[in-house]
Amino acid sequence: MENIKTLYSVKKLGLILLLIGPAFALFTTFVVMPVFQGAYYSLFDWKGIGPLNDFVGVKNFVRLFGHEPFRTAIVNNLKVVLFSLLFQLPTAFFFALLIGRQKFPGAIVFRSFYFFPYVLTEIIAGVIWRFIYNPQFGFLTQLSGLIGPEKTEIAMLGNPETAFNAIFVVIFWKYIGFHMILYIAGLQGVPKDLEDAAVIDGASPLEVIWHVIIPSIRNTIMISVFLSVIGSFNVFDIVWAMGQGGPDHSTETLVTYLYNFGYKRFAFGYGSAVAIVIFFLCLVFNVLYQKYIVGDSRS
Amino acid sequence: MKSKPTACFLLTVVLSCVLVAEGNRDVNQEDRTIEWWTLSTGAGEHDPRTDLNRLIAGEFHEQHPHVNIEITPLHVEDFKKRIQIVVQADSPPDLFQSWGGYVMFEFARQNKLRDITYFVNSTLSKLISRESLAVYSYAGKFYGAPYDMGAVVVWYNRKIFEHAGVPVPQTWQDLLYAVRRIKDAGYVPIAMGGKDRWPAHFWWVYLAMRLGGKEAFDTAYGGTGSFTDPAFIQAGRLFKDLVATGPFQEGFENATYDQQAGLMGDGIAAMELMGQWAPSVAKNNATTGKGLPHLDVFPFPSVEGGKGDINDVMGGGNGYIVGKNAPDETLEFLEYFLSEGVQRRLIEDQGIIPVNKAAARGQTGPIATITGLITKATYYQLYYDQYFPFSVGEALNDASLLLLTGEYTPEETAAAINAAWREFK
Repeated sequence: MENIKTLYSVKKLGLILLLIGPAFALFTTFVVMPVFQGAYYSLFDWKGIGPLNDFVGVKNFVRLFGHEPFRTAIVNNLKVVLFSLLFQLPTAFFFALLIGRQKFPGAIVFRSFYFFPYVLTEIIAGVIWRFIYNPQFGFLTQLSGLIGPEKTEIAMLGNPETAFNAIFVVIFWKYIGFHMILYIAGLQGVPKDLEDAAVIDGASPLEVIWHVIIPSIRNTIMISVFLSVIGSFNVFDIVWAMGQGGPDHSTETLVTYLYNFGYKRFAFGYGSAVAIVIFFLCLVFNVLYQKYIVGDSRS
Repeated sequence: MKSKPTACFLLTVVLSCVLVAEGNRDVNQEDRTIEWWTLSTGAGEHDPRTDLNRLIAGEFHEQHPHVNIEITPLHVEDFKKRIQIVVQADSPPDLFQSWGGYVMFEFARQNKLRDITYFVNSTLSKLISRESLAVYSYAGKFYGAPYDMGAVVVWYNRKIFEHAGVPVPQTWQDLLYAVRRIKDAGYVPIAMGGKDRWPAHFWWVYLAMRLGGKEAFDTAYGGTGSFTDPAFIQAGRLFKDLVATGPFQEGFENATYDQQAGLMGDGIAAMELMGQWAPSVAKNNATTGKGLPHLDVFPFPSVEGGKGDINDVMGGGNGYIVGKNAPDETLEFLEYFLSEGVQRRLIEDQGIIPVNKAAARGQTGPIATITGLITKATYYQLYYDQYFPFSVGEALNDASLLLLTGEYTPEETAAAINAAWREFK
């Protein structure tokens, strides 16, 4: 009997190893190891050529937090997080309510229409919007010609004051469809009779949304918030395509900062320090989120 | 019967001789392969630059059947990354693209390049001027040679100048005057690609050169002086005077160099400060797709009271340097590549500024003007952002744009550049 049990557990272990082994090995080699490697490099002044022999301790980190563009980058990332949570996700939810539930002619058209930007590659979206914002022949300049007495050249991306907001508009436009589709999927799981019951009890449409629909799609909202926040910390391609963090580093985000000050200057030790900071920000958010928000819903 | 051993002996001797001779021939004529890394224009399968390089390599192979040349064409950004890796792995290509400056110095310091000083002295210096060759030298030793050596000059649209009724500026004051007149005539006086930043750095560097000359740069670079010396701060002030006239197109802060070139190619902007490649890029970015025949050049204007000479030139070009394991045939090929015939084809195909003295003869238009400037130059400065290490070059480009957009004062610009250089050293 004992023997059979042992044999069974050995078999089980073998199966586990077989199933998760390859993924585990790949994940360790390409994700876990580089994190530790990066952490190690971040303690050196290293230019990518030659041996790692200039140990500087935490100097890279001290320099990092004293660097103006890095602080701009953090503020910009937080701005994306905040704006996304405040404006993008509610708008996506609103659209989902409008076109995701009732079957009316054209619903599919609207859905595809709002989802379309998400299908575009980030770089292509950035390049298209560079044309839209182009001060010489772009949309805003043409519009000013229609409204005002004569055309004024409007350079949203050229002005450090407005450039980041201009880029946020693109981020808003680009990802709203994605969140909308998530919510539409969630809304299909809301039991119709629950809503009907609420209406019979005399709830107004807003009350139905607040007390019935939102609690019912809580899990979907959590996923959407999670993806939005992590995505906001890693936003790169669009910002890169639209201005590489410029002008004057005003649109720098953490990842463009890493590219500009680590990679472009061949300062790989310093760049690793930036990467480690991004890693920790995401990690801390993830742990807190899992613990307080996802954990809450389970209990 | 007796003759048999003798015959055997004789046969052995003869055969050995033949074998030895055969062996010797093998040593001399052993097949060689030259690895040649070139830049492509990114046009894919039918990249005109790569096609021409293949043709030239093929001709050399015909003359030297035992030498095979393997070309690896790379786009410039790919090239910059990959060359670092292979050099670091101690297997540099035999012949590869270089702009000189810091990157080459670093390779030379780590003994990754072949010292070809004797070949430069014996052969190449007869074809090419020493000033041009010096860009590919470090600590008195030569590691390669340029094939295209140009200058940054003011490219201007002759028609717009005529229309606005302004003469070609000789001094900085003339330039400011011209900018005002051209603006009044309804054109963009100067095209600027601020997003790429290096077009802005040209202005600051040229002003510093006109104000401080070679001496200011040498002392600041060497450490006895500093980039916060009066010449560099004054350069920032004069640059601000220009910016105050509003000379650039709207939104220049986020415009790319390609957009800058497009404004020139479309005849919207009157001037740009740019290298020898300007007309071809302007043509490619023009909405019409055609070039302008009336683009001409003048040297960067002189500055009143400046120590620099109007003949001092900032520029750079393209060249090839030799990897440490390169066979001798690489040098023969380099010599062939720099010969008059090949140079003339490169002029026609790519608009290079020839380094071969014989090929430079008989040229006309802007190419001749630029060649003339380089010949007259007593101080030839490689672009700062190439001459310095990446970190300093980036800081320099950054500071130039911050100055341009008004974020930095001239003092802050100079201090930022100085700090980056100090920190590196």
